[in-house]
Amino acid sequence: MVNTSAVVMEKSELGNLIARLWAEGYTVVGPTLAQGAIVFDELRTADQLPIGWTDEQEPGSYRLKRRDDGAYFGYAVGPHSWKKYLFPARLTLFSIERTADSFAVHQGSTDVPRYAFLGVRSCDLHAIAVQDRTFLHGPYVDPHYERRRERAFIIAVQCGTAASTCFCASMNTGPRATQGFDLALTELPEAFVVEVGSERGGALLVGLNVRAANGEIEAAHQVTETTKRQMTRTLDTSDMPALLYENLDHARWDDVAGRCLSCTNCTMVCPTCFCHSVDEVPDLLGERSERVRQWDSCFNPELSHVAGGSTRPDIRARYRQWLTHKLASWIDQFGVSGCVGCGRCITWCPVGIDLTEEVAAIRGSDRA
Amino acid sequence: MTSDPYCPHPAVLRSVEPETPGVATFGMEFQEPARAAAFHHRPGQFNMVYLPGVGEVAISIASAPGEGVGLRHTIRFVGRVTNALQSLRPGAVLGLRGPYGSAWPVEEARGRDVVLVAGGLGLAPLRPAVKALLAERAQYGRLWLLYGARQPSDRLYVAEYADWERAGLELLVTVDRADASWRGAVGIVPLLFRKLALDPSRTLVLTCGPEVMMRATVHEAIDRGVAASDVYVSLERNMQCAVGLCGHCQLGPEFLCMNGPVFPYERVARFLGKEHF
Ligand SMILES: Cc1cc2nc3c(=O)[nH]c(=O)nc-3n(C[C@H](O)[C@H](O)[C@H](O)COP(=O)(O)OP(=O)(O)OC[C@H]3O[C@@H](n4cnc5c(N)ncnc54)[C@H](O)[C@@H]3O)c2cc1C
Ligand code: SF4
Ligand code: SF4
Repeated sequence: MVNTSAVVMEKSELGNLIARLWAEGYTVVGPTLAQGAIVFDELRTADQLPIGWTDEQEPGSYRLKRRDDGAYFGYAVGPHSWKKYLFPARLTLFSIERTADSFAVHQGSTDVPRYAFLGVRSCDLHAIAVQDRTFLHGPYVDPHYERRRERAFIIAVQCGTAASTCFCASMNTGPRATQGFDLALTELPEAFVVEVGSERGGALLVGLNVRAANGEIEAAHQVTETTKRQMTRTLDTSDMPALLYENLDHARWDDVAGRCLSCTNCTMVCPTCFCHSVDEVPDLLGERSERVRQWDSCFNPELSHVAGGSTRPDIRARYRQWLTHKLASWIDQFGVSGCVGCGRCITWCPVGIDLTEEVAAIRGSDRA
Repeated sequence: MTSDPYCPHPAVLRSVEPETPGVATFGMEFQEPARAAAFHHRPGQFNMVYLPGVGEVAISIASAPGEGVGLRHTIRFVGRVTNALQSLRPGAVLGLRGPYGSAWPVEEARGRDVVLVAGGLGLAPLRPAVKALLAERAQYGRLWLLYGARQPSDRLYVAEYADWERAGLELLVTVDRADASWRGAVGIVPLLFRKLALDPSRTLVLTCGPEVMMRATVHEAIDRGVAASDVYVSLERNMQCAVGLCGHCQLGPEFLCMNGPVFPYERVARFLGKEHF
């Protein structure tokens, strides 16, 4: 349900909204076309959005296509997720400088960008909430994530189209965004319905050309209802985590190991994956070094290195770790599934491995 | 602002004592007295030891709480960081952060018999438990330490054995390969169980060593009637952060750095037995 206050904004006003965010000190990032896909980058103007484009996604395939209208947000999620801003792929945590009889720690600049995320889909709002549990709500808080997260301004977009790979409806993570945003846009043919989710969201609209909504609210609601009905892919999560825990010896793990390349793509595109390594990067003189955090993946054998080798030496063990973590042990660790149904790992797997199919196969012959 | 949990704190290397070929015990002390005063660990916990310009590794705390000044770490030189530590001399500055992880059930063991079972370097994290148990010897029933080393020259802390035995510890040592002077047992450490007059209902078993050795130990203990919930294992996995963020140390639902490294066997049994999980 649309349960927040809402107004109507002409499409031409979106550029002013972006300008307004920049003027308030935000770095606006959102979807744009690059390298044959819709990725996230800085947006100065509204016409940098992929206006009139859509995407066709299938397991192992992604193609851009022209739409026959000028929709601003007529596509689903691409290979990037917002974690690239909140939890950067490579980040210097701090640097260490040797002093006469000790060392000094220099925290990196705490003046990180104030991001405004434009176009956050419901699945991705849930993904951010999932990463919040990891980085903010555990026994130890990651201040690097915290700084970026607490400053971020979030403009959601209610999905008007689902890719064939989307399954948020069965994960209860979409397609309608109901919380966790400052503003949420629903694109109607002629205008945006703008829901206000926070005080600062409301404040941003002051002075922009918006008007009270009437029948548009119901129309906006219908947009996501239609999208929900279009969605064909599902993941049955009943009796997780037990289903996977009880099937750690299932023959399906051998089957998928024969297809998986252990390329790490799925973990890189997944908006909730948080595994990382921390490396020492010394300068040439050896007087200063940086502690650098980088995304790592359970598909890298080094992730589980201990004396005597990797504890997950083969692809079977690594795929099993990925899937059981995502869908089962995540629930024990964080109280929610690690999957929000965005479908990225299905599209960007070079061999089209589809986790919904893998789970269905295990479920179909439980304890095989 | 939230303090950075990845951040090491300067510590001075006070002593380096060679233990066995390729292993030494490092005595360290935080440079800041306030940090030293605020540091309280329990037997079985570990620190992250950082060498500027090289990197950081997880190392068990080998000294007991309150045992002398500073903290001791027994380190095997196996790779990039630990080999670089090998060349340090007293006075060198490195980084420490901790203590991390769960502890041996020393309090819970009051009134019970305790069998400590160590393999190789696994004696390092058990040493503070030995010291804590012996410090309050009257609180416990029989105390055994079963220790297996590859060869006699690989035994850690040999100089302390006589003190431990005088204080009331029954020590049984076995080696894989004897040398000419060796008069003791030869064979794998779990077999030493068979020499004990156990009362399984009052026995706790604490074990640390290679995973195969711990699994055999668990079997021996359970075969002798010790409850799976009375057997504790200390596990090892790759660790990058030690604060539950990096994801490297997972075993099913457990982050070993926070929920472990010490677990009641019962808690991890279903996953520990799964090959390559
Ligand atoms: C909770 C915990 C307590 C530990 N306590 C001690 C201790 O008291 N004394 C001690 O000497 N070692 C201990 N270790 C192991 C120690 O962390 C590794 O030996 C060390 O990280 C190796 O780093 P390196 O750079 O020297 O070796 P690398 O160059 O990284 O690797 C060399 C070898 O060590 C293995 N290795 C790498 N990282 C780890 C790791 N985190 N754990 C195990 N093996 C690893 C590699 O697979 C390789 O075989 C402990 C590990 C954990 C998780
Ligand atoms: S596991 Fe796949 S579908 Fe689920 S959140 Fe991650 S990338 Fe999206
Ligand atoms: S499942 Fe696909 S994307 Fe993931 S590691 Fe295997 S081949 Fe790569």
